[in-house]
Amino acid sequence: MDKTATASPNAPKTLIGQRVKKPDAPDKAAGKTRYINDMVLPQMLTAKVLFARRPHARIVRIDTTAAAKLPGVHAVLTGADAAGLHFGFVRDNVPLKDKVRCEHDAIAAVAAETEEIAQQALALIEVEYEDLPGVFTPEDGAREDAPQIHDNFPGNRSLHFAFKHGDLAAAEAASDVIVDNVFRPHYVTHCCMGTSCAIADFDHKGKLTIWTQTQYPYNYKMDLAPALGMHPGDIRVIQPPVGGAFGSKLDVYPYEPIAALLAKKTGRPVKLTYTREEEFRASPTRQSAIIHMRTGCTRDGTLTFRSADVLLDNGAYTSWGPTIPVIMMRTTSGHYRVPVVDFKAQAIYTNNPYAGSFRGYGNVQTTWATAQQMDMLADQVDIEPLAFHLKNAQLSGETTPQKSFLRECALVECLQTAAAASDYSRKRKEYAALRDAPGRYKKGIGLASSIHNAGGAKIHKSDGIGTILKVDDYARVTVISGASEIGQGIDAVITLIVAEELGVPLEHITLVNNDSDIAPWDVGVHASRTTFIAGNGTRRAARKAKAQILAGAEKLLGEPAADLTLREGAVVRVQDGKEIIKLERLLRQMHFQAEPELVMVTDYYEPKSEPEGAAHSSDHSAAYAHAVHIAEITVDTLTGEIKVDKVTVAQDVGRVINRMGLEGQIEGGLAIGLGYALSEDMRIEQGHLRNACFRDYKLITAPEMPPVEMHLIESDCAEGPYGAKGISELPTIVIAPAIANALTNATGVRIFTPPMTPEKVARAIVEQRRQASAPQAAAQLEGATA
Amino acid sequence: MMSVETEIRFMLNGREVALTVPVTMKTLAMLRERLDLTGTKYACGEGECGACTIEVDGRTVNSCLMYAVDCDGRQVTTIEGLRTPQALHPLQQAFVDHGAVQCGYCTPGMIMQARHLIENRPGLTREDVQRGLEGNLCRCTGYTKVLDAVQDVAAQRAAGCAGAGAD
Repeated sequence: MDKTATASPNAPKTLIGQRVKKPDAPDKAAGKTRYINDMVLPQMLTAKVLFARRPHARIVRIDTTAAAKLPGVHAVLTGADAAGLHFGFVRDNVPLKDKVRCEHDAIAAVAAETEEIAQQALALIEVEYEDLPGVFTPEDGAREDAPQIHDNFPGNRSLHFAFKHGDLAAAEAASDVIVDNVFRPHYVTHCCMGTSCAIADFDHKGKLTIWTQTQYPYNYKMDLAPALGMHPGDIRVIQPPVGGAFGSKLDVYPYEPIAALLAKKTGRPVKLTYTREEEFRASPTRQSAIIHMRTGCTRDGTLTFRSADVLLDNGAYTSWGPTIPVIMMRTTSGHYRVPVVDFKAQAIYTNNPYAGSFRGYGNVQTTWATAQQMDMLADQVDIEPLAFHLKNAQLSGETTPQKSFLRECALVECLQTAAAASDYSRKRKEYAALRDAPGRYKKGIGLASSIHNAGGAKIHKSDGIGTILKVDDYARVTVISGASEIGQGIDAVITLIVAEELGVPLEHITLVNNDSDIAPWDVGVHASRTTFIAGNGTRRAARKAKAQILAGAEKLLGEPAADLTLREGAVVRVQDGKEIIKLERLLRQMHFQAEPELVMVTDYYEPKSEPEGAAHSSDHSAAYAHAVHIAEITVDTLTGEIKVDKVTVAQDVGRVINRMGLEGQIEGGLAIGLGYALSEDMRIEQGHLRNACFRDYKLITAPEMPPVEMHLIESDCAEGPYGAKGISELPTIVIAPAIANALTNATGVRIFTPPMTPEKVARAIVEQRRQASAPQAAAQLEGATA
Repeated sequence: MMSVETEIRFMLNGREVALTVPVTMKTLAMLRERLDLTGTKYACGEGECGACTIEVDGRTVNSCLMYAVDCDGRQVTTIEGLRTPQALHPLQQAFVDHGAVQCGYCTPGMIMQARHLIENRPGLTREDVQRGLEGNLCRCTGYTKVLDAVQDVAAQRAAGCAGAGAD
């Protein structure tokens, strides 16, 4: 695209790339927004869940008689009420359990007039358990004599994935250097500030309305239906404002069908809300993994192969967590030019909590490994890392072994920009030279990059979106879009695009996107897809409306439509900008005439991408993008504390749409990545979570957020709206290995299991010193005896 | 099982309120469930996240930790008390203008704490704001735009005060 075109004096002002305020921000800042957690309906009952709080057990006896008799209690349900209501990817879950497979299994639920009564009722439920031996690591779960967790999944084997490309043995033989490590990405959780909440209500035709935090309303109906023994068509999903989601609401979790089952039983609306402690225990985690990765290169620094053998702790049930190999393999095969790839992954059931999807889905874990091995390889072949990265960086037009077509690839530009802006190569050399110098505080700099889908990911049969757009007699626009809003700012993007296309003020645009009975199909907010997919859908719908309006102007006013455009609430001539008619006046004339017409258009947009397929060899996204992070840190070698002094980000964003929203996504994504890297850690021991509170599970706070220098690289994606690519996951993906590489630069130690807590770093430094001094001590000892 | 109830009277957002509350009730629950002031949020219930921050007699407190009965005789301000029917408080507007609101769930608590900082600490540096907001968790924004918004209002206020002083 000709970037100078906008410089012409007659060119209209474009909103693309401007800073647009989030339309819902004023009410949110005022405390006026009614979140789902704030909602109260007439006659509404409060539900509470009895969790097993033991990892593996048979329920010998459960007696709810006393609970049911408590005044104010309207229903008590147990596993017997949910028999046969199997749901989940492999139908291994039920809303209420008759056997305990993890500590947060719901074994009974109560609906009562108040929370206090519901709580009292839970205490009256008598349960007798027979504890069973548990499985707490995937290695243990895979053993032949391991206890069986699900009868119909022999050997505790859950999902498995594989992808091979090229001759691995030959590539290994051709390698001068091979790095071979085991990385153990850990458990973290989303920590949405608004805890999980659902409100369910049935009408007398048997239709369920569920108010929920879901970020995928349409497939949600399909996934919720079997948990209730219902037809998906009889479910209406309403999405009130939510306190964050980050991937945690991309599946059905038991509390949602439990609320619905209680509503069905009582005939009243039922609300179920988690406490923070319940949220920590019972909401999904990020998938942990054991990644045995090998990467090879020749002495001149050319990558020869990458292999990954991945073992996943499936936890007790199968949600999105164990499906992450779909993206793990894309990174394994596509992070730099890797000619030969061998990827395999197996998920094993355990009695641990189970993972869902979480921003950066699979790529956070894989980039933790690939980006560290790139750093190690550069050192082993003694090539300056930037040069090593550049040598292996893909260029526009290349295709990865899995057939990801990198039509517009800005990896080289990202690398060069970030490295130049941070003076990376010089600092890295300088800090490495000072590593063994005296002094408690050491500086380090680390570079990491990654690749991610940036135009959706066709893992479902469709990756499309429906859009309905109407313009009323007053030139007020309503966009009815399938795109969900979870705080990320698609509301700002959609209104910006409509304003851009139709020349109406931002305040004159209303977005309706939270009711499955009104808005058309969308896959959901995931895979960094929404600006790309909904942006395209909105633009297409707006352009159809514009064409109809300009045709109306031609018909009524005799000016050729091709000479006209819409600007500042009016129809204007393109050539001289002269106003022909106010838009709202034209719309009324079109409406109230002999051949009346309303401006109402629909659009269905399906991106040009290929279904993932069982062979995992397809161009599954309509675009791909890269980001480079350079972290500058100071390490206190005594305490092991890492202070991140600065992060330089260079990211291929295709084209900036809403600059303010984009910056916010990068900063926010980075904060989640920083927590992953430095402090967040679910301590799960024998199936029990030991730190289910913010005091012991440390999120990044305001003082820990480093300055971020941002370079937005505009590669101008041919398929993206105005050239934009999806952007929101890469910031979370890249930062942890950048810090890990900086830690090695500063101290020489390398951490394979995040987070890089002071304790872990200090331990590694002590161990390194012990090993370094051991040969010396041995030599001294030898000298003494000789 | 019924808990003891007590009648309390206090000033809430500039108006006197009187109600009877159980002695075990927390201020957060009273605000949300009894007074329909849902702008103050529950997010942890144990004083670790700041989402329920309100101001009581000029001090910010976690309303999830404070008993409702302790509001008796005090001046209480919640997020709803900041704006006029016509306009947002300058800090609320700054949060909007700077993109400091994403999901917005932590925003009311963040704004209450920021307002307290600005009103009590002239000459706020960025580090002061960071330290001052340390107890308010946000999972969406990475804090940067929150800090920008608060510093902007602090700077405006300082400029306003300097101007007034010059006169």
